[in-house]
Amino acid sequence: MRAAKAYLRSPAALMGTAILFAVLVMGLGANFLYPADPLGLAGRPLQWPGADPRFPLGTDPSGRDIAAQLFHGARISLLIGVVATSIAVVIGIAIGALAGFYGGIVDTLLMRVTEAFQTLPNFLLLLVLVAVFGSTMETVTVAIGLVSWPPVARLTRAEFLTLRTRDFVQACRVQGLGDAHLILREVLPNALPPVIVYASVVMAVAILLESALAFLQLSDPNVPSWGNLIGLGRSVLRTEWYVSAIPGVAILLTILGVSLVGQGLNDALNPRLASGR
Amino acid sequence: MRVLRLALRRLAASLPTLLLILAGMFLLLQLAPGDTVDALMAQMGGGDPALAEELRRFYGLDVGIAAQLGRYILRLLTLDLGFSAIYGKPVATVILERLPPTILLMISALSFAFFFGLVLGVVAARRVNRWPDTLISTLGLVFYATPSFWFGLMAIVLFSVYLQWLPAGGFGDITQSLTGIAAVLDIAKHLVLPTLTLGLIFLAIYLRIMRASMLEVLSLDFVRTARAKGLNETRIVVRHVLRNAMLPMVTLIGLQAGTMLGGSVVVESVFALPGLGRLAYESVVQRDLNTLLGIVFVSALLVISINFVVDILYARLDPRISSDT
Amino acid sequence: MSRLVVEGLTIRLPPGADRENAIEDVSLSVAAGEILCVVGESGSGKSVTASAVMGLLAPGLSIAAGSMALSGEDLRAQSPEAWRAVRGRRIAMVFQEPMTALNPLMSVGAQISEMWRVHMNLDAREAERRALAALREVNLPDPEGALRAFPHELSGGQRQRVMIAMALALEPEVLVCDEPTTALDVTTQAQVLALIKDLQRRHGTAVMFITHDFGVVAEIADRVAVMRLGRVVEEGTAREVLTRPRHDYTQALLAAVPGLHAPTARVLSPDVVLQVRGLTKTYVSRGLFRRRKPVRALDDVSVKLKRGATLAVVGESGSGKSTLARCVVGLLGSDGGQIVIGGAPLPKRRRDAARLVQMVFQDPYASLNPRRRAGAQVAQGPIAAGTPAAKAIQETRDLFALVGLDPESVGRYPHEFSGGQRQRIGIARALAMKPEVLVADEPVSALDVSVQAQVLALLRDLQARLGLSILFITHDLRVAAQLCDEVAVMRNGVVEETGPIGAVFADPQSAYTRSLIDAIPGRALFGV
Repeated sequence: MRAAKAYLRSPAALMGTAILFAVLVMGLGANFLYPADPLGLAGRPLQWPGADPRFPLGTDPSGRDIAAQLFHGARISLLIGVVATSIAVVIGIAIGALAGFYGGIVDTLLMRVTEAFQTLPNFLLLLVLVAVFGSTMETVTVAIGLVSWPPVARLTRAEFLTLRTRDFVQACRVQGLGDAHLILREVLPNALPPVIVYASVVMAVAILLESALAFLQLSDPNVPSWGNLIGLGRSVLRTEWYVSAIPGVAILLTILGVSLVGQGLNDALNPRLASGR
Repeated sequence: MRVLRLALRRLAASLPTLLLILAGMFLLLQLAPGDTVDALMAQMGGGDPALAEELRRFYGLDVGIAAQLGRYILRLLTLDLGFSAIYGKPVATVILERLPPTILLMISALSFAFFFGLVLGVVAARRVNRWPDTLISTLGLVFYATPSFWFGLMAIVLFSVYLQWLPAGGFGDITQSLTGIAAVLDIAKHLVLPTLTLGLIFLAIYLRIMRASMLEVLSLDFVRTARAKGLNETRIVVRHVLRNAMLPMVTLIGLQAGTMLGGSVVVESVFALPGLGRLAYESVVQRDLNTLLGIVFVSALLVISINFVVDILYARLDPRISSDT
Repeated sequence: MSRLVVEGLTIRLPPGADRENAIEDVSLSVAAGEILCVVGESGSGKSVTASAVMGLLAPGLSIAAGSMALSGEDLRAQSPEAWRAVRGRRIAMVFQEPMTALNPLMSVGAQISEMWRVHMNLDAREAERRALAALREVNLPDPEGALRAFPHELSGGQRQRVMIAMALALEPEVLVCDEPTTALDVTTQAQVLALIKDLQRRHGTAVMFITHDFGVVAEIADRVAVMRLGRVVEEGTAREVLTRPRHDYTQALLAAVPGLHAPTARVLSPDVVLQVRGLTKTYVSRGLFRRRKPVRALDDVSVKLKRGATLAVVGESGSGKSTLARCVVGLLGSDGGQIVIGGAPLPKRRRDAARLVQMVFQDPYASLNPRRRAGAQVAQGPIAAGTPAAKAIQETRDLFALVGLDPESVGRYPHEFSGGQRQRIGIARALAMKPEVLVADEPVSALDVSVQAQVLALLRDLQARLGLSILFITHDLRVAAQLCDEVAVMRNGVVEETGPIGAVFADPQSAYTRSLIDAIPGRALFGV
């Protein structure tokens, strides 16, 4: 309750929520506003925004409506962002919690794996995964989730490492409670706030990774993705730069919204830092 | 000396990690439909199965997976990365040719991000919750949210197409052969935009960390001691706070090394830089798995060596790390 | 003549705090060569007064009224820059926590030298020469080595000596000490107090000494000011205040100070409920970066606890007393030896051990999960052991009443309770399992002295009513004297001496026990 109030008091959080809400509405409204296939031919190619009232944001080199792609792209970005983040957070919490709670050999093994993932440049790993498993939307989403969990695991592990030695956890051991109770009821709820805040970073990175992949034309070519459109605009960059510029602004605003929400959550969940003392 | 020994111990600890990566990558690539030979045959426009068989033997693809993995790791120990069917050269040679631009790009982007992240973070923390802080923090948020490839494209439009100040791509002017200082300046000019593009997001991350870290350290007891000693604020920040506040940033360099290398794939492709990242992209498109595996190996080595340097740096900054008490 | 005069000082708290002012209308003065002790419990405003005098108020606090003068000069009229130049040179401060008060990345020598370099513009060599002399004056064992050492290479007591050397570097007119010995072991505390007193006498410094401990007051004060809720309630010479307190609050505080009178010996049951035989525990910590020397925390430790009695395990930090406690409740495994409870070895299974032995923890704030209701944390143990939930909840309410809490408060969260109340919850949680042995690990050392007395009284009362057998871990002999029948003194993992508490106090057999008793502050006043 107190956290919710603090969240609503933070201007950053409100702005971020507003932006994300707008993107969400765009994504949900895409099918009503632009029921036609956004990747289908709509009109004369490369019309500047405003030149034809039918295409307020112009058309791309293949004569497709940029506005339609933008709206449909919002759905793709949010969907991939949310699903990939959920995958990363679930894997990260599971591995971090086990490593941090049990320590010893379990910790060593799990952290070796985490380190291996972190030593590999995540985008390179993503390229390999896409090269191996193909680039449908499902595989891209799962692949992004698979390369994004290590920081979550490290963070969760660090929280578990300090929390598991706290007196209230020790007291539960002395009371004879089992490990499952200790992990799920005692430690996890206290470890969660920073992880939730960090999930916003994971989501921002996930959206950026997908758009970069699409920009290189390595993502699913059959879905209207913002990154894809930017990539298509490269060939006409010197003259019709708006093709690349417009979807870029959409990505920027979405990431900004996610980051602001993250900051608001941080202020609400860690009130000590928010007060600036 | 002691510092070096610690760093070496860390280095040794990363060997199993490296083996784990190689085994994982190799097995992953086994799941890929089609191999180098398939790609080669496709490029040649098809061919008879006998030739394919021949080629498979030549590339060592005719034995079991475990044997191939064992062979591969053994060969890597002698730094033999295999042969690239696409480039017609040993993978090591291909990678070595492409390494310098990437390393140069990483160093310049890192220096740019670290320096300005430090300065802006300190300024923001010193003026916390006032307008310089608000401005810097907002800029940080925007920089963080900017997709690097898009920033690169827009920079090309502005600086290369309209203002014509800087070249739009490439690693040097190929129309004329420059030597000496002129060549260095030429490369520097070609690196300005890629550096900004790659460094931007890290600048945002570093300034945010530096600001938070400064605020954290400023609230510690020893800063109160320094105030009680009658030191002025400048001396407190320079002599007492800065070094302590830099520790998380130094750690971050190591943690982010891989991310930065990954970012160079996109940036090099935007600016047509003949670097490692672009090579990775090309080998994915061309299904040149030998080269891709080689790049992964070299990237891992690169990240490990960056972490080695970071460890030394950290231990030099923090006497608590290197003492045995 | 008064070096430091504070008059009518009122400091406002930020809006939304539990009261309007941190301190109200506080007037104090300290003369040259005098030690003024400002005493109070937490929240009394004593530390705020100290920071105000230094001009180092925390952000959010502001001076609403009053004046502060240093040797006749009005401090509040000074520009911030002028006040900064005064700090360190004419008025210096020593803080409570020596572990964090020094910059961890800077050598001790550099930190002390800074005083001369900044205030006197001396060159590096001269400043270092003087720093060495300053370290000699505070009796550091190896001054040359300490000069080059980093803070983490020194012990807590040594660091506090460094802080004192630094504070006295420029012979300030006034020295402000904010609980400088609270974080130290009792023997180290005695040494540091003696050092402060000695230096103060030699240099004629005026000292304002903040403390919560009347023992320390009796040891060091010339004059005393007692603070409560931001006001000075009583002021006078040390002798007056300590022996003839006028204000009710001072009287209550003094009455709560545990004396070193051994309780009248009780007839103890011959039945031994807990027996520790030859217990050994070695810590080998290996990090990624460093390999430490193995530490022998317990070295062939044997103690016996009789049924219905209380055994105090007394020792300073690093003595192994807490390790012993954690081994007895099964939180730590031992390397050798045996723990026998009620005739059988301590079971390995957590759930079986829980019925035999329970623990009360030191820090009432850390020992309860902030996100779960108080009652649930008490009832969960019996429920896990098989008690039906409804019965466990009813028992929890009864237990709350037993330890002096409102049974209706079982549904509240820990942050809605005070420190003393939380410790009562901790006791209820331990009792809920109906254990044979209760291990109390420094259960009152995080509490204010008046709350401390209440919790000790509760434990005594519970023992009488329920026939509890208690293993009581403490660093404070005075606390041990309050409710223990027998005592075991530990040092460096070894039991130095055991026996009935009256006998050990009256005639300590080991030199170490003797030195512990001698080091108790204010012994002359409250003591044996």
